[in-house]
Amino acid sequence: MTDPSIIKIKNLKVYSDKALILKNINVEIPRNKITVILGPSGCGKTTLLKSLNRLTDLYPHLRLEGNVFIDGEDILQVNGDLTRIRQKMGLLSQRPFPLPMSIYKNIAFGLKIQGIRDKQIIEQKVEQYLWEVGLWEEVKDRLHAPAARLSIGQQQRLCLARGLAVGPEIILADEPTSALDPVSSRKIEEKFLEMKKDYTVIVVTHILRQAKRLADHVIFMYFGEVIEQGAPSEVFDAPQTETLKEYLQVGH
Amino acid sequence: MDRYKRKKTEERFFRRLMQLAVVVIIMAILLLLTVVLIKGWNAISWEMISQTPKEGFYLGGGGGILNAIIGSFYLAGGASILAIAIGLPLALAMHVHWVRHTRLVTFLRFLLDTLWGVPSIVYGAFGFALMTFFQLRASLLAGIITVALLIVPIITRALDEVLRSIPEGLLEASHSLGATQTETAYVIFFRQALPGFITAVLLAFGRAIGDTASVLFTAGYTDNIPHSLADPTATLPLAIFFQLSSPIGEVKQRAYAATLILTIVILIISIISRFASRKLHKNVL
Repeated sequence: MTDPSIIKIKNLKVYSDKALILKNINVEIPRNKITVILGPSGCGKTTLLKSLNRLTDLYPHLRLEGNVFIDGEDILQVNGDLTRIRQKMGLLSQRPFPLPMSIYKNIAFGLKIQGIRDKQIIEQKVEQYLWEVGLWEEVKDRLHAPAARLSIGQQQRLCLARGLAVGPEIILADEPTSALDPVSSRKIEEKFLEMKKDYTVIVVTHILRQAKRLADHVIFMYFGEVIEQGAPSEVFDAPQTETLKEYLQVGH
Repeated sequence: MDRYKRKKTEERFFRRLMQLAVVVIIMAILLLLTVVLIKGWNAISWEMISQTPKEGFYLGGGGGILNAIIGSFYLAGGASILAIAIGLPLALAMHVHWVRHTRLVTFLRFLLDTLWGVPSIVYGAFGFALMTFFQLRASLLAGIITVALLIVPIITRALDEVLRSIPEGLLEASHSLGATQTETAYVIFFRQALPGFITAVLLAFGRAIGDTASVLFTAGYTDNIPHSLADPTATLPLAIFFQLSSPIGEVKQRAYAATLILTIVILIISIISRFASRKLHKNVL
């Protein structure tokens, strides 16, 4: 029996210098569902997301306490090889950051660092992942053009494809549509809905409507705390706290 | 009304000041180039750039300064390669491997800035002391090492500034794909910084080829083209220095031929660096 929760966060505290910015987070994230982390800007959503693949390690002022179990392994206790943990997750950031190379190599890079050397396999996988994010038709004639020349919406889908190429189980998306136009945003959202049969998707957003469109599970955060969590029907239709009620009213 | 007038005068004053500054800088460059060109043009000939000095060259005899031209390229090229070998890993580590060690990086930056400010004659004296300690003769190798020390801070800090402009998101993106620190540094960051990197190297090369004081005691001086790292070598700045201090008019004039060649080399380097960095920009975000 596989555990229905892929991620279990227990008593997670994050300090920025001396300040406590995530206060005792306890959360379980269901497998093969879209979990939406909702809350106003600056409430610690992004920090929580980055704790999940230890990107917090890149910031000297951040210090983590507690446990984050992914598939039963406490990733905060891992010393040394973080690449194995990080490859379980694909990341989409607020703005796309394609690697400074061609469209083709952006995806091939992830394959190569996994040790895949066979050109035919790489070629076939590049095509497969570009298909999966609906980019193949748009770029098949210019695979070797710099990724920086794509539109920002295409870049974001390329980043998604790049993330999928390392074979993750989980997709972490940090306000992935905040820099995109409505059409590109919709494409990304549609991909997430298709992808949940194979992946666990975690989306950080402050847009209430987006949360309602996507969520199978909602985590509402406010000032470094998880205020409410549960199924969308519970959280959106029967909020328990005043903070959430207010957010649902003014939220857009 | 009065305030308006005052603002207008103020505006005009500063505009004039800026115009004056622009004129001064352009005049200075034009004047320098004209003097070098006129003085050098009279002395330069095919013989000057295609032959090594002959008997009695320093008394006005025949021959040229090919030894100094070749020597300069050997020296600056060698020093640049050595400086890249030290500066590139250092700069990349400052931005990828040591990203958590803010204090170390700040300290390194301070150190490099201090070294950048050290006059080149001090490097020359240091190189000389090093040479005597290891009982080396003045040679191409000793010159290369000394000049490399001089330009390591330039290459490293120039590269550091380029790497600083890389957004955090790219570091996160690379790590989130499971790339190691070394892959992140030498594949992703190196590519992103490549145009700036070329500029940094050429800047350092220009400094290396033009510096006199650091090679005064370390490179030696010879009329021959060096055949190995252990041979002494002439350089263009030294050729200028020695010939300009000659009492013989004809020799003095030749110093300007060397000056002209050096100036042209440096102009070409800056033009190449402009074009190279523009060409390489296509992959950069």
